[in-house]
Amino acid sequence: MMAKKRVVTTSINGTETEFLCEPRQTLLEVLRDVLDLTGSKEGCSNGNCGACTVLLNGDPVDSCLVLAVECEGADIETIEGVAPTDGLHRIQDAFLECAALQCGICTPGFIMSAKSLLQQNPSPSEDEIRFYLAGNLCRCTGYDKIVRAVQEAAKAKEEVTA
Amino acid sequence: MATIDKPDAGAQTADSRKYNVIGTRPIRHDGTDKVTGRAKYGADVKLTGMLYAAMLRSPHAHARIKSIDTSKAEAVPGVRAVVTHADMPDPGSRVAELGEGAVNLRHLSSNVLARDKVLYKGHAIAAVAADNVHIAEEAANLIEVEYDLLPPVLDVREAMQDDAPILNDDVRTESLAGETGDKPTNTAMHFRYEKGDVAKGFADAHLVIEREFETATVHQGYIEPHNATALWNADGHITIWTSTQGSFTVRQQVSELLQIPVSKIKVVPMEIGGGFGGKISVYLQPVAALLSKKSGRPVKLIMDRASVFEATGPTPGSYIRVKIGVDSKGMISAAEAYLAYEAGAYPGSPVNPGCMCIFACYDIPNGRIDGFDVCVNKPRTNAYRAPGATNAAFAAETVIDEICESLKLDPVEFRLNNASKEGVRRIDGVEYPRVGMWETVDAIRQSEHWKSPLEGPHRGRGVASGFWFNCGLKSSASATVNGDGTVSLVEGSTDIGGSRASIAMQLAETLGIAAEEVNPTVGDTDSVGYTDVTGGSRVTFATGIAAYEAACDIKRQMVERAALIWDVDSQDVHYGDGTITGPGDKEFSFKELAAELHKSGGPIIGRGTSSAANQGGAFGTHCVDVDVDPETGKVEILRYTIAQDAGTAIHPSYVEGQMQGGVVQGIGWALNEEYFYDDSGVMNNASFLDYRIPTCYDVPMIDTIIVEVPDPEHPYGVRGVGEVPIVPPPAALANAIHNAVGVRMRQLPMSPPAVLHEILDKQSSGNGQSS
Amino acid sequence: MRDFEYAAPASLDEAIELFTGKNGSAKALAGGTDLIDHVRTGRLSPDLIVDIKKISELNILENSSSGFRLGAAVSCNRIYRDETIVSEYSALADSCRIIGGVQIQSRASVGGNLCNSGPAADTTPALIALEATCVIAGPNGTREVAVEDFCTAPGQNVLQSGEILVELKFPPRQENSGSHYRRFIPRYEMDIAVVGVGASVVLDSDRETIVSARIGLGAVAPTPLFAESAGDLLAGMPANDDSIAQAALEAQAAAKPIDDMRGTKEFRVHVTRVLTERVLKAAVARAKGESVEVAIGH
Repeated sequence: MMAKKRVVTTSINGTETEFLCEPRQTLLEVLRDVLDLTGSKEGCSNGNCGACTVLLNGDPVDSCLVLAVECEGADIETIEGVAPTDGLHRIQDAFLECAALQCGICTPGFIMSAKSLLQQNPSPSEDEIRFYLAGNLCRCTGYDKIVRAVQEAAKAKEEVTA
Repeated sequence: MATIDKPDAGAQTADSRKYNVIGTRPIRHDGTDKVTGRAKYGADVKLTGMLYAAMLRSPHAHARIKSIDTSKAEAVPGVRAVVTHADMPDPGSRVAELGEGAVNLRHLSSNVLARDKVLYKGHAIAAVAADNVHIAEEAANLIEVEYDLLPPVLDVREAMQDDAPILNDDVRTESLAGETGDKPTNTAMHFRYEKGDVAKGFADAHLVIEREFETATVHQGYIEPHNATALWNADGHITIWTSTQGSFTVRQQVSELLQIPVSKIKVVPMEIGGGFGGKISVYLQPVAALLSKKSGRPVKLIMDRASVFEATGPTPGSYIRVKIGVDSKGMISAAEAYLAYEAGAYPGSPVNPGCMCIFACYDIPNGRIDGFDVCVNKPRTNAYRAPGATNAAFAAETVIDEICESLKLDPVEFRLNNASKEGVRRIDGVEYPRVGMWETVDAIRQSEHWKSPLEGPHRGRGVASGFWFNCGLKSSASATVNGDGTVSLVEGSTDIGGSRASIAMQLAETLGIAAEEVNPTVGDTDSVGYTDVTGGSRVTFATGIAAYEAACDIKRQMVERAALIWDVDSQDVHYGDGTITGPGDKEFSFKELAAELHKSGGPIIGRGTSSAANQGGAFGTHCVDVDVDPETGKVEILRYTIAQDAGTAIHPSYVEGQMQGGVVQGIGWALNEEYFYDDSGVMNNASFLDYRIPTCYDVPMIDTIIVEVPDPEHPYGVRGVGEVPIVPPPAALANAIHNAVGVRMRQLPMSPPAVLHEILDKQSSGNGQSS
Repeated sequence: MRDFEYAAPASLDEAIELFTGKNGSAKALAGGTDLIDHVRTGRLSPDLIVDIKKISELNILENSSSGFRLGAAVSCNRIYRDETIVSEYSALADSCRIIGGVQIQSRASVGGNLCNSGPAADTTPALIALEATCVIAGPNGTREVAVEDFCTAPGQNVLQSGEILVELKFPPRQENSGSHYRRFIPRYEMDIAVVGVGASVVLDSDRETIVSARIGLGAVAPTPLFAESAGDLLAGMPANDDSIAQAALEAQAAAKPIDDMRGTKEFRVHVTRVLTERVLKAAVARAKGESVEVAIGH
């Protein structure tokens, strides 16, 4: 008498994706274990570390706190969808150039949050960057180089649009 | 890949121009995989037919296990295997060297799966493998355990009392002199170090200050939980995929615990999401292996976050007493310390390094240090970044600050005058080679930060210094020259913070090729020679030496090959800066000769190891400005500068990153991190919500000054940089808080309630005396 | 996580039927930021999870001359992106901006925060300050409850079996009024309030005298508190620091906190006064039309 599995139709990184899931499976579990999109990381399972951040209908969410069945019809973007076909997204480039990662486990989540930030606020102040990224924990870097990378990425966009 | 310019002028990398690769900032080799989500960490492993496992853990802090009944769990559809301690061989009470110090195997085994007692809330008891993790969790909860509850002891000083509940019946107090106590106790070790005439040193002192300190239990707080996937093959070979700081120590621990020869075990180190010392000991690997053996299928076991806090790590809470005397000229005449550290459930706290570090920054003629390793009903403690040193520095460096305040001495001048230097003998007997303590203090003295005035009410500045040994141990590397002139490097150190790059850069520098022309890989235990853990600030130092040796081996072979091709005596062939030259203007670039290898005698493979080198240790001095809200006790960090001796900075960005990361961990330890236990020994804050590691909104940019006093033991002068940056922050912050609002904080964390309590106390006493 | 069924009704009636049929073993899912964690850890064990986000009444966000209506499932980020809320119901926007990180704010709702009924809920003191009314629908029709009467104990509230919180209604903003919410946390972000204070004030047309004030307190009692006497004390008093200090002392007297890992009793009582002062000053400044720079977390 287990709950019936359900078919959920979504768009993931621009591709229509159907999956089968139990109601109790989180979006994170389905991304990682069903769809093999393991770039979203599990750090805490209760929305406190941000390592599983994905964009759900354009907004950043902790995918560990979203049920996969809720995502019927949703548009989901994960770290796997960030880079263009050739090369990297400017935020990814900036993270590499600024050495904004050490172990790298928090990096996908930070990049997703940073992407959301720069979509809403193309030239954020240091304070705005720090406030916006506070839902993503990093234990290695002390955040200095992460904040600088987001500043660099914002500058890179200004140059592109200028 | 591209080499980029230095992004800031903060790094004072002296002599970096004498190198082509060292001191530059190439993009790390594993970078693209890590910014695209493609890098495979332990939890990302997926194998055909893989089962998922879950553990049952003790709800009690101290109890005797009367019985374990797994029958209901085994009956759940989808459950494929259940294991308990009964499936683990009894390894006896042998003590084995496991790459992070000696470990009593029965204690290690009982920590992996509890035997007759549970010693802390969260202690692992049984594990279930099932078709999915939800079934495994539900089945684990159906395992019935009968307990006889025992009173827990959580405080280190209470645990030392004669009438305290005893955790381990087999523990007797041992001393450095080799004496062993005659009755069961929680105090597993008593360390004592002495130098000079302590009584006379204090008698001669112009001022003596003695203070007591307490620090809370804290956790490494890596973002990636522990994980292990194991396959016990039908042929008896075991493969374990796991995130670990040391694949070889995992292999050895599993071998000892399961009594299987190391040759039957292959450990594949996956990418690792932080460790800081906490991912050396095994927790899940032997359990996943046993579940695989029982089920005949690969099994993945991932720890949940609450269990990471409740059952792994932490670093000890402590009680410390420090007494320092100074003469009328402001020179330290004597020092004494008493350190009692929580070992957690089983002996093995880092109190000994704490003892050796507590006064290590200073030239002290007379001293005595006593250290005690004490079992309490908390998880077995493990290494955490300069283990033991941060607690100790908090005590010593705040007493130094108080002495400076009393004698109206400048705290930077005081440190310069008393700094440890080459030839100084520590109280524990070690004599220093060339070290950079004085230089880091001087770097702070010369810094813009120290020279700039700090204005405004309730603002204060503090400085503190710190020391950590750094170790050498064993490393291996091999390197193959490819036909296109690149080199494939295989080394055994798991890369937690960019060490593939720093090791590849040393190989590239030695060969005279570009960093981008080296492809570094971290090998599994069957693919690379024995390599000790990524810990002890040793990887860039020791695995760097192995890579250097491998490069030298390649150079030697390249010279011989060129001689063969040119038909000249190899004595007449020279290797310099990536070019091989011979008599009569004969010349090969590295690339040209690489292209000839297959036609001229076959591949060239270089190999290198490191085992004898010992590092000279690293020092750091920190300066911090704070703003304290006098109405709430909340501390805001306005500015932070760290000066640290890196010997030679191979990749300055990642040296800065280690310094910045260590500082912010130290800030968390200083201000808000702590384990909250209730009286029954249950941790109330086993989540990232209430175990408060700093967010990026809590800290400012961390300014770095890289001091370079090359270590003579390393071909390029490298010193480890990973650990010492965590040592000074709590003391520097305590000193800054005092400077801001006049209260001396002698407990960690210096959380708002604790600071406010001191402020209100000072106000009600009215005389402004806090000490 | 334990097994459960999932339903996502499109109408209020359908939802009420589902809840009524399950007799207490169904739980409402709005943002899920508390619920999913509670199910995962076993604190809650529902047989059915009812996703209420597809019900139009719960998504309303509407300002009119009769006041402001906020659907119970509206997410925090929709709330603080709404200019009317930011300017006229500032305390609510203040509280929504600091719940969790942005990931939580994309999902968490004010209705969910209220129904979770934690003593430290950030939005509830703001709702109390802003005089919100809860509109509750159930098998026996619709009823209204003042927000300060909604929570009854930690994790408990007035909702009966089959009932759903549909929306929160706010009276129209008065001239010369202002509000603010602030909390004390040990870090600067990502914490649960150790003390939370929401306040609103209405000034006379000369903007010198306080006509009325409402103060809500969080994390200092088993439920969010309406510090009514502290607000009433301000009526008719000059809008200055002295008056505010008196009200803050009155609010402090109402605080009955406990010791826990988030703060000691001594600390919470002290900070209640400090924070009430700071929040009232900001609310008064806003009522005067001054822009208040809120250093979040400070």
